[in-house]
Amino acid sequence: MIIPIEHFLIVSASLFVIGVFGIFLNRKNIIIILMSIELILASVNINFVVFSSYLGDLVGQVFAMFILTVAAAEAAIGLAILVCFYRLRNSIFIEDANTMKG
Amino acid sequence: MIEILIFGPLLGSLIAGFMYRSIGENVATILATSIVILGAIISWFVFLDIVPVDNGSVVVFDWIISGSLNSQWAVKVDSLVKVMLVVVLSVSSLVHLYSLGYMRHDHNWNSGEKYKARFFSYLSFFTFAMLVLVSSDNLLQLFFGWEGVGVASYLLIGFYFKKPTANNAAMKAFIVNRVGDFGFLIGIFLIFYHSGSINFLEIFSFFSDDNKIKLLGLKIEEVICFFLFIGAMGKSAQIFLHTWLPDAMEGPTPVSALIHAATMVTAGVFLTCRFSPLFEAAPQVSTLVLLVGVLTAFFAATTALVQNDIKRIIAYSTCSQLGYMFAAVGAGFYQAAMFHLFTHAFFKALLFLGAGSVIHAMHHEQDIRRFGGLRAKLPITFFTMTIGTLAITGVGIPLSYYVLGFNFGLSGFVSKDIIIEGVFASKNSYSFHAFVFLTFSALLTSFYSWRLVFLTFFGSFRGKIDDFNHCHEPERTMLIPLVLLSLGAVFFGSFFEFDFTSAKYQIFSDSILLSKENTILKDFHYVPVVVKLAPFLAMLIGLSIAIYFYVINPSAPRVLANQQPILYKFFLNKWYFDELYNIMFVASAKKIGNFFWKVGDVKVINGSIHGIGLSVIPYLVALASRLQSGFVFHYALVMIIGFTAIMSFFIISFYGL
Repeated sequence: MIIPIEHFLIVSASLFVIGVFGIFLNRKNIIIILMSIELILASVNINFVVFSSYLGDLVGQVFAMFILTVAAAEAAIGLAILVCFYRLRNSIFIEDANTMKG
Repeated sequence: MIEILIFGPLLGSLIAGFMYRSIGENVATILATSIVILGAIISWFVFLDIVPVDNGSVVVFDWIISGSLNSQWAVKVDSLVKVMLVVVLSVSSLVHLYSLGYMRHDHNWNSGEKYKARFFSYLSFFTFAMLVLVSSDNLLQLFFGWEGVGVASYLLIGFYFKKPTANNAAMKAFIVNRVGDFGFLIGIFLIFYHSGSINFLEIFSFFSDDNKIKLLGLKIEEVICFFLFIGAMGKSAQIFLHTWLPDAMEGPTPVSALIHAATMVTAGVFLTCRFSPLFEAAPQVSTLVLLVGVLTAFFAATTALVQNDIKRIIAYSTCSQLGYMFAAVGAGFYQAAMFHLFTHAFFKALLFLGAGSVIHAMHHEQDIRRFGGLRAKLPITFFTMTIGTLAITGVGIPLSYYVLGFNFGLSGFVSKDIIIEGVFASKNSYSFHAFVFLTFSALLTSFYSWRLVFLTFFGSFRGKIDDFNHCHEPERTMLIPLVLLSLGAVFFGSFFEFDFTSAKYQIFSDSILLSKENTILKDFHYVPVVVKLAPFLAMLIGLSIAIYFYVINPSAPRVLANQQPILYKFFLNKWYFDELYNIMFVASAKKIGNFFWKVGDVKVINGSIHGIGLSVIPYLVALASRLQSGFVFHYALVMIIGFTAIMSFFIISFYGL
C-alpha cells in the first residue's frame, strides 16, 4: 500500500513546529535549544526525502545527506560552545545567557 | 585653429593650477604664458584676415538639450569677436609676460610660500572665460563666460587673501555684480520666453519682424534691453553699480590692467554691441544708455580729479572711459564704442602696467603724494606712461581728416573724438547735452591724467629718500609689455579708424545691425568744425591747468581745495556712493543677516536640533533598547513571526486567500 504524501508532510510539519516552539517556549536550558534545532533539521530532511521519492528525483536525497552532515557538525560545535559556556558561567540556564542585552 | 585659441588658456590654467608641484612653478608659469602668447599671435592673424575663418558658428559639442531649449557649445567668429579676441589675447599675453617679473618677489608672501603658479592659473582661467564669453553664439554660453570672468575676477582681487581689505573688495565686486547679473538673467529669461531660443541668430530673426508684443505698456525690446543693460552696467561698472571697480584695485596690478581695465569691464559694452539689433529697436533704452554713459563719464572724471592712490585714479579713469563707450552705444554708434574699446584696452593696460612698474620700484607705495621726480630713475616707464597719457587725453592733429582723409593722432584722440562727434550727430534729443558733458569730461580726463604724470615723474621726490635712491627700472619682462602696448597706443587709432568706422567698408557689417533710420556712420563726419575742435581744446585746457597746478604753482591745488571744501570733499568721497549704499542696502542687509543668524540659526535651527537630540531621541532609544532583551528565544520568536508574516503576505498576494 502507498502511504499518501500528505501524511509525511504532516509529520514533518509537526516536527518543525515542535522544534520551533521548543526554541522559544523553553525557558530552561540550552541543550533543549540544540535538540530543537535538530528536530527542525530532521523535519526538513523528511521533506526532502519525501519529495525526492514522490517526484522520482534523487537530488533531494543527496541533499538530505548533506543536511545530515551539516547537522552533525553543527551539533558538535553547539555542544563545544555549550561546554565553554558552562566553564565560564557554571550554568547552562538560558536566563544566564543574556549578556547581549542592549 | 580657433578651438586651440580658446581652449589653450584653459589647458594652461589647469596645468599651472594642478601640476605645478610636479613640474615646478617656473615651468608652470612659463608654460601658461607661452600658450597665451601663441594664442595672441594666432588672434592677430585671424583679425588681419591672414588666416581665413569661417564666419558661422562651429559647434564643439552639445551642451544642454532640454525641451525646446537647445544649447550647443559653439565658437562663432565674426568681426565683433575678432576684435575682442585680439584685445583679450594681446593684453592677456602681455600681462602674463609682465607678471613673470612683477610677481617674482611679492612682499605679501613669506619665502617658501608658493603663489606664482596659482596666480598664472587664475590669469589663464580668466582668459579662457573671457574668450568663451566673446566667442559664444548663444546666451547660455555667454552667461557661462560672464560668470567665469566674475569668478576669476573674485579670485584675483582676493589674491592677497591675507589682507582683509582684499577679501572685502573681492566680495564687494562679486556681490555688486550679482545685482547686474540678476538683471541680465531676467533679460535672458524674457528673450527665451518670447522668442523660444537663446541662439543669437534665431533671437535676432525673431525680433526683426514687427512682433507687437507689449510688456508693461512698453515694447518688448525696450524691456529686454533695459534688463540686458542692467547686466552690462554691473560688469562694466557704470554709475550706481560702479562701486566695486575702485575697490578691485586691491588685487595685484597686472590683474587691474587685464581684468579691470582692458577686458572684463568691457564685456558689458560687447554685450550691448552684440545686441545692437535689439537696442536699435529700443530708442527709450538707448537714451537711458546714453545718459548713464555720459553721467558715468562725468562722475568718474570728477572723482578721479582728487584721488591720491595711483591705481584708483586710473580705475576711475577706466570707469569714465567705459562711460564714453556706453554713450556711443546709446547714440547708436556701436562701431565707435567697439573702436574705443579696442584702443582703450591698449592705452589703459599700458597706464596700469606703467603704474605697476612705479609701484614695484617704490616698494608697493601707491600714494602719488609720496612720489615725484621719478623721471630720471624710471626713464622707460616715464616715457611709456607719457605715451599712454597722451593717448588717453587725445593728442593728435585736429581736423587732419579734411587733409589726410583720416584722423592723425594717438589712438585715444581718434576713438574718443569719434565718439564725441557721433554723440553730437546722433538724432537723440539729449545729444547736445551729452556732447557738452563728454567734452567737459575730456577736459577733466586731461587734467587728472596729467596730474598723475606730473606728481609722479616731475618735481622733487616727496617720500623717503632711501626709496628714491634704491628705485630702479624693473626687469626686461616688465618693460617689453610697456613698449609693445605703447606702440599700440600710438598707432592703432589712425591705423584702424577706417576699418572700424567707415560707412561703406567697416568690418562690422556682419555683426552690428543698424536700423535704416540710423545714419550715424555718415553723419558724424558732417558735424560743425567747432564740435570737431572741442575735445582737442578741452584737452589743451586741462593740460594747461594741470601744468599750472602741479608744475608752475604747486601750492594752487591746496588753496583751491580750501576755497571749495564742500566740492572737494564731495569728489574725494566719490560722491558719497559708498556711504549711501551702506545706509540703504548694507545696513539693512546686515540687520536681516543678524536676524537670521541670531534668531533663525541659533534659536530655530540649533534650538530644534538640541530639542530633538536631547529629549526625543533618548526617549525613542530607551523604547528601542527594551526590545533587546538578550534572550535567544525572544529573537527566535520575532524571527518566526516575521517569517510567517512575510510568507503569508507572499502566498496571499500570489495565490489569493
